Amino acid sequence: MAMKLNPNKNVPEADGLATSEQMIAKLGDEESYLHMVSRRFFKHRLAFIGLIVFLLIILIAALAPVIAPHDPNKIFNEFEAAPSATHILGTDPVGRDVMSRLIYGAQVSISVGIGAVAIYVAIGIVLGLVAGYFGKWIDMIIMRLTDIFMSFPYFMVILVLVSIIGPSLFNITIVIGLLGWPAIARLVRGSVLSIKEMDYVKAGVALGYSTPKILFQHILPNALAPILVNATFGVASAIIMEASLSFLGMGVRPPAASWGNMLTQAESITVLSSQPWLWIPPGMMILLAVLSVNFIGDGLRDAIESQNAK
Amino acid sequence: MFQYIIRRILIAIPVLFGVTVLNFFIINLAPGNPVDMMVNPSATPEQLAATKHALGLDQPVWVQYWNWLTQLFHGNLGFSYSTREPVTQILLAHVGPTVMLMRVSLIVGYLIAIPLGILCARKQNSWIDYLVTGFSFFGISVPHFFLGLGVIYVFASKLLLFPTGSMNTLGGDGGLMDTINHLVLPVLVLATGIAGNMVRYVRSSMLDVLGKDYLRTAKAKGLSQFIITNKHALRNSLIPIITVIGIDIPMLIGGAIVTEQVFQWPGLGLLTIQSITSRDYSTLMAINLLAALTVLVANLLTDILYAVADPRIRYD
Repeated sequence: MAMKLNPNKNVPEADGLATSEQMIAKLGDEESYLHMVSRRFFKHRLAFIGLIVFLLIILIAALAPVIAPHDPNKIFNEFEAAPSATHILGTDPVGRDVMSRLIYGAQVSISVGIGAVAIYVAIGIVLGLVAGYFGKWIDMIIMRLTDIFMSFPYFMVILVLVSIIGPSLFNITIVIGLLGWPAIARLVRGSVLSIKEMDYVKAGVALGYSTPKILFQHILPNALAPILVNATFGVASAIIMEASLSFLGMGVRPPAASWGNMLTQAESITVLSSQPWLWIPPGMMILLAVLSVNFIGDGLRDAIESQNAK
Repeated sequence: MFQYIIRRILIAIPVLFGVTVLNFFIINLAPGNPVDMMVNPSATPEQLAATKHALGLDQPVWVQYWNWLTQLFHGNLGFSYSTREPVTQILLAHVGPTVMLMRVSLIVGYLIAIPLGILCARKQNSWIDYLVTGFSFFGISVPHFFLGLGVIYVFASKLLLFPTGSMNTLGGDGGLMDTINHLVLPVLVLATGIAGNMVRYVRSSMLDVLGKDYLRTAKAKGLSQFIITNKHALRNSLIPIITVIGIDIPMLIGGAIVTEQVFQWPGLGLLTIQSITSRDYSTLMAINLLAALTVLVANLLTDILYAVADPRIRYD
């Protein structure tokens, strides 16, 4: 009741329209759509573990200044030291504490992973909605643009672009963000094409709602599920992308620590064969982060698809 | 069908044009000037201007694009900014090793993925299914460079089983066996990624088909499980897999860049990194175009192959 008294709150009943969640609920299912998907998701054991691991990595990134034993850029007298009590994972060839750098590296992976995907999901949603809803030549142009962007091998263009505009954390986030949208745009367009024929959208048009309102409030919520799955896998690939770029020296540059650039040292055969503490931990962290996100994505996909198949 | 193929090719033409435009303008974002890299640091401004003029770099960007495009159709990709050799020649020297690496990796990857995928579908939710799913997650999640360093550490540095670096032993007399020896580890890295991705598609596609009525019919007729799985089911389940090959190609190009760097494999990936370091934009532009062209053609072929393989699919 309190909600209805609030004049700013958009109460669905007042619109005479129902969102998909309510429609499904009215169709006889006791549970809401969201509730059902999350229940299925949490039943997926690997997805649940993945979620916990990923949240832990986010926590490590957020609390890096508190939990890191040393300043990640502080240079100690002992370089290339083997793991010991003061330096749990030893020190690197410059004399910096590997454990601290590992902890700070989490910040890079998390911010590229989430930042880049947020950018391209936003671009993809807008382009996909516009292409699918308006159709005709607008659709034609946007889809050909999508084809062009999809023709470039993703990693290669990102590598070339970053090397041209200058490697940095900010630049790789932006570049991945500006190039990653085609898959999302196609997905959204596909959903829109089927959703726009639904009665509740036609009702919205008949009621004279503005196009942005129909697009973002009536169509988009019903196209969100596949976007969410795609975006989750996108976070995993953005993390790999950043690590690979940094490994090649075209991403986050030293002295800033990134898991990828910590592995660059292992291109030297002495580091590779006799100082495994320098490169195995950051490599394992990348693997762990990517694996956890992929598990989450897989769980989400199963939860959503089995819902749709029903 | 014929009409579909023609239309699909016609659609690819504006895309190809767009690809050349995008490619040209990406490279033109480059700061600085190749001329500064090429000429003697003590050159006078007049000499600089003359070199610029000779290279056509004093013209507006769209004129430069047009010149580049017309030259492109004559098979002329320009000259390398750093070594001054014709770019076409440089590309030709590097394309072979990359094609070899990719082709072998794709074949090995599919040879691993298809039987494993079938096995998983046949024995759904068994321990082997879980094991293969685990491998698949590992394959799609592990960065190529980490896996590359890992296999060098284990197989080259500790077990001394395989050589690393380049394609042939330095100063050796080469030969096929030597190349194969050098090929094993990079292929292992790339094939793990390909197989990890592919096995999931084979498994789910096979599961789809195994539930179909016509397979129950085949079983009722008394056909052996072997024939049913490997003839009736496999053929139909491989159709959707065709599209995965189209997805694999761009992934493989990205993977090859990193893998070639780790193993110093003398292909286009290594050339890319070298060109980036030496700011050799004319070479970089050519590699980028070649890669985009490969992806475009691969997509075109998979679309056509898909339509040929599955006559049920109709395109309006």
